[in-house]
Order: sequence, then C-alpha cells, then structure tokens
Amino acid sequence: MFGSDPHTGFIFASYAVTVVTLGALIVWIVVDHRTQKTRLAALEARGVTRRSARSGGVSS
Amino acid sequence: MGMALTDLANPTRFLALVARALPWLAAATAVVMAIAFYLAFFGSPADYQQGSTVRIMYVHVPSAWLSLFCYAVMAVASIGTLVWRHPLADVSAKAAAPIGAAFTFICLATGSLWGQPMWGTWWIWDARLTSQLVLLLMYLGLMALWRSVDDPGRAGRAAAVLTLVGTINLPIIKFSVDWWNTLHQPASVFRLDGPTIHPSILTPLLVAAIAFTLLFVTLHLAAMRNEILRRRVRAMQMVAAQREMPAGAEPVPGE
Repeated sequence: MFGSDPHTGFIFASYAVTVVTLGALIVWIVVDHRTQKTRLAALEARGVTRRSARSGGVSS
Repeated sequence: MGMALTDLANPTRFLALVARALPWLAAATAVVMAIAFYLAFFGSPADYQQGSTVRIMYVHVPSAWLSLFCYAVMAVASIGTLVWRHPLADVSAKAAAPIGAAFTFICLATGSLWGQPMWGTWWIWDARLTSQLVLLLMYLGLMALWRSVDDPGRAGRAAAVLTLVGTINLPIIKFSVDWWNTLHQPASVFRLDGPTIHPSILTPLLVAAIAFTLLFVTLHLAAMRNEILRRRVRAMQMVAAQREMPAGAEPVPGE
C-alpha cells in the first residue's frame, strides 16, 4: 500500500489516534444516552413527573 | 423558517426530530467515512515531496477545520443564549465542547506525527501550533466551567460569555500563517486564487472533510439529546427531593 515508505509507522499512528479518539467519543455518547434513559425510567417508575409534563407543557 | 425555528425551540419536538434523523445521519457518516478511508489508503497517490506521509493530511486537515467549525457553532449558540435565550442554545454549546476538544486533539496529535518526519520536530511554538493549542485549552476550560456550576442556566450564561471572548482566537488561528513567519505552511485549499493542491489529493481530502462534518453533526445531535435528558433527570430529581422532604422542613438556601 505504501511501498517502501519509511514513515509508515507515523501514518498508522495518526489513523490510530484518530480512530481511538473518535471511537472513545462515540462510546461515551452512547453510554451517556443509556445512563440518562435508565435514570429517567427509574424516576418515572417511582411516580416522579416533571412539573412541565404535569401542566401539559413540553419544556426540558 | 420561523415556524421551523419555533418547533426546534421545543425540546420534546427536537428530541422527536433527532430520533428520526440520527439513524440516517449515522448511516451516511459510516458510508462516507468508509469511502474517505478507502480513498486515503488506496485512491490517493503518494505526494512527490511528502511521499505517503500526505495520507496523514486526510485526518489532520478535516480535524483542524472541524475544530474551528465546532467553536463557531458554540459562538453562534452563545449568542442564542445571551440574546434570544433560546432554550436549546446552551444545550447545543455544551454538547459541542467535548466534540470540538476531540477534533482539536486529533489535529494536534496528527500534526505532530506529520511534523516529526517532515519538519524534523514533534512540536514548535509557532503561531499556528500555539493558537491551536490555546483552542484545545479553551475547550477544556469551558467543559470545566460547565461542570463547576450546578445550575445549567447560570453555567450556560457564564460559558456563553467566555465562549464569545474566546472567538478572538479563531481569526488568529486562521490567519496566523499569514501574519507571522511560521513553520506551518500557509493555506492551500481556502485561497482567493483557488486551491494549490492537485485534484488527486484534493478529492480524498474533501471527501474526508465531508465525512468528518457528517460525524460532527451526528455526534452533536446525539450529545444534545443526552444533555436534554440529563436536564430532565435533574428536574425530576429535584421534584422527588421536594416530595420526600419532611413536612415543615425548609430547603437549604442556594439549592
């Protein structure tokens, strides 16, 4: 792919840094989403509702 | 347009829109990213001077662009927070900060990995590299500020002011290579007289830039959804705490 390029290690290291960093970001966002959904479900199971939801509003 | 903005100001409608859009955006990102990586490794020739090291540019340059674009998004969101008090503005800014930090880190790391074989040094305190490092520190500082203030509204306004002050760094990064004598080369794509890169290298670079932009949009929407859910959890926890408080007890001032 790179023939006899002497800098192959630098190239693969660059792509490794990119994939690991973006992969960690994606995993963090996915895990965070599951965490928030679980917490919301636990609160709803306890009968807790938001004020805005009770009054028919839709704010966050 | 006005109707669409009104709809988007409503977090519940925004969440419904994100739920519909995210699968399509994620799929589009995966397809374009796969094409970008194929072009980077198999569809791009070696540069006549840099050799195969030019392939580092296909992740370094889009990361640099996205690091600036992400901060610009945060700056617009900050205006939305301070001027229009848009309910999603500081949600957008807060969600964008870690993504911007990640792209800035990738830009600095891959730049360093390119600099060692091409310049003979991992790092030099020239204006472009230093201002890009300052951008990373600003992202980290803003993330720390958001975490240090409990009330999301207060944190959002403080972060909005700091974000807008930090926008002074964006033109410094962009024009540092023109204003000062830097080791970093001047712009070779966004120039008044057109790109100076051969199409065989420019095409993979632009495809990679589209892939990274799609990834940013996908992650930003997903992170905004998380932040809205986090605020709902916080509001419900406060309702639960008040409900479970003994009769006659007073809330602790400041909480």
